[in-house]
Amino acid sequence: MVLHNTYHRYLLCLLMLLLGHPMWAKTWTICPSCVDSTLKGTIARAQANDTLLVQKGTYREFEIIVDKPLVIKGIGYPIIDGGKKGEIFRIQSDNVTLDGLFIINVGVSYTKDNAAIRVVRSKNFLIQNMVLEQLFFGIYLEKSSHGKVFHNRIIGEAVDEYNSGNGIQLWYSTDIEVRKNHVQGTRDGIYLEFSDRITITENVSMDNLRYGLHFMFSNHDVYTRNTFENNGAGVAVMFSKFITMKDNTFHKNWGTAAYGMLLKEINDAEIVGNTFEENTIGINIEGSNRIQYTNNDFIGNGWAIRVIGACYTNSFKGNNFLYNSFDISYNSKLNDNVFEGNFWSSYTGYDLDRNGIGDVPYRPVKLFSYVVNRTPETIVLLRSLFMDIIDFSERVSPVFTPDNLKDTQPLMKIRP
Amino acid sequence: MLKILKYSFYDLIRSRWSYVYFLFYLILGFVLLFLNNDVSKAVITLMNVIIVLIPLIGTIFGVMYYYNSREFTELLLAQPIKRSSIFMGQYLGVSGSLALSLVLGLGIPFVLYGLLQSNAIFDFSLLLVTGSFLTFIFVGLSFIIAISNENRIKGFGYAVLLWLFLAVVYDGLFLMSLIVFEEYPLDTFSLVATMLNPIDLSRILILLKLDISALLGYTGAIFKKFFGTDLGFLVSMAILFLWTVLPILGLEYKARKKDF
Repeated sequence: MVLHNTYHRYLLCLLMLLLGHPMWAKTWTICPSCVDSTLKGTIARAQANDTLLVQKGTYREFEIIVDKPLVIKGIGYPIIDGGKKGEIFRIQSDNVTLDGLFIINVGVSYTKDNAAIRVVRSKNFLIQNMVLEQLFFGIYLEKSSHGKVFHNRIIGEAVDEYNSGNGIQLWYSTDIEVRKNHVQGTRDGIYLEFSDRITITENVSMDNLRYGLHFMFSNHDVYTRNTFENNGAGVAVMFSKFITMKDNTFHKNWGTAAYGMLLKEINDAEIVGNTFEENTIGINIEGSNRIQYTNNDFIGNGWAIRVIGACYTNSFKGNNFLYNSFDISYNSKLNDNVFEGNFWSSYTGYDLDRNGIGDVPYRPVKLFSYVVNRTPETIVLLRSLFMDIIDFSERVSPVFTPDNLKDTQPLMKIRP
Repeated sequence: MLKILKYSFYDLIRSRWSYVYFLFYLILGFVLLFLNNDVSKAVITLMNVIIVLIPLIGTIFGVMYYYNSREFTELLLAQPIKRSSIFMGQYLGVSGSLALSLVLGLGIPFVLYGLLQSNAIFDFSLLLVTGSFLTFIFVGLSFIIAISNENRIKGFGYAVLLWLFLAVVYDGLFLMSLIVFEEYPLDTFSLVATMLNPIDLSRILILLKLDISALLGYTGAIFKKFFGTDLGFLVSMAILFLWTVLPILGLEYKARKKDF
């Protein structure tokens, strides 16, 4: 009987809670010919936790401020046309969901970072299935946390860096998941500044003016299974710690200052299972320490890895280096990095004891890469017989390249 | 001229050396593909062979053929045949049969290994085209050397020197001058210097397809325009063609002036 009583009491409590809480939140329908014909007006009338269904149509509105927890859901991709006048959505409350809207014409400004959707100091937001076009900044998260940016399509038409914005920008934001977005034609596809514990997964970032992904002063972030293609300068990871980069694809970033990945002042990162294909420079490393490069594929790059300076205690293990013009390029005689158990397509050694590991160490740095560093025009002599002879003699008795820069256990067969 | 061409061509086709040359490429092609199992890697290795070996064989073969068939040439000269057609016929016969050996010798193994399905087919055909161009150029140059030198030893010496100069020494001098003058803008100079050597030119032509990502790494407007667009390909092809025509004209001129 006592047990029964407690059960009843719980049920009662639950009921009261449900009644006290606006469980039966209202659903508002917005359409151009309805009573509620504007987003702004309906948001003003709605109570917290209401749902706004936006029917198909065109809504010419800008500076829509969402200051209470609402679900705003588009049906059949209604168009929100900002008329190039300014910012379009500004979320200033926790627990806001935006879903399925088509936002166009964000105002370009030289003094304000106008965004299609700006989230300010909010938590638990969800932005999904949005399409943003003709934009300045796309999704701008400012001092927000615990949100999710999922499955959005951001298509910009950026031409010049000075009057274009970033696709997804995170500024002083933490614990956010950015997943399955497609960003193209903006300045930086995804830009992180002072943002920690961010997960970036399965995004496609292509044809951006500057970087596909850009990290600045952001720590403990993870990015996996993203594709970065044909960006002006690839991906830049700068001044950050404890970043994990896994299973990403960096493809066709061509140009004089284009990198698959640019690492500058990065410490304690993990770079695992990525594919770098046909980039001018696969990875450009500068002042980066204690990084593990494992199981990556470098295929057909101009330079697979270019080490500029001050890089210590990095380890390169189990990577495939296939048909790169230069495997590794160094500009100093010092080496404190470890190369071990990689597969090099230009390795010519033999394996007499048949244990799958070459008996002769491989020296991945060619003398020619030093010559090219010094006089870049000499690149036209690439693969000439004269250069091959010089490289060969350097390989036999290293004079200019660091003596200990070698893979003592080169694989005989490509790592599957 | 056609008759002489036909005669030289068949004479060479039947000769042992053509077979050796053909078999060499056939075996090279098969071995490369057998060891690599990857058409695109084989194309890179092949490039090294082609830009070094074809000029060498073209030069040696051209000089050898000219000296060997000297008596026959003198016999022909006694006949009422135009001089230019005698020499042109011989020239085209030699270079044609060499080019044929190259194309067939390399083509057969690659086709058997499924080149037609591979996307390396364009790189590969470019390789064969440049190889054939190089054959024509170097046979032409060697004919000029042979006509100008009665002394066989001297002729051979000059021919080998020519090859050594263009294949190795030229690049060495080129590199030295680039390093010595590194403080000056050098992109035009380096492109022009490349054009002046048919071996370098064919190398660049193939690199445009194979190593374009590295070539684009250098910051120079002229380089960028040359390597980044189709301009580089078109210009190199045109100049390679010019390189083929010039020795032929030189050969004609020499043949006309030569006193037998």
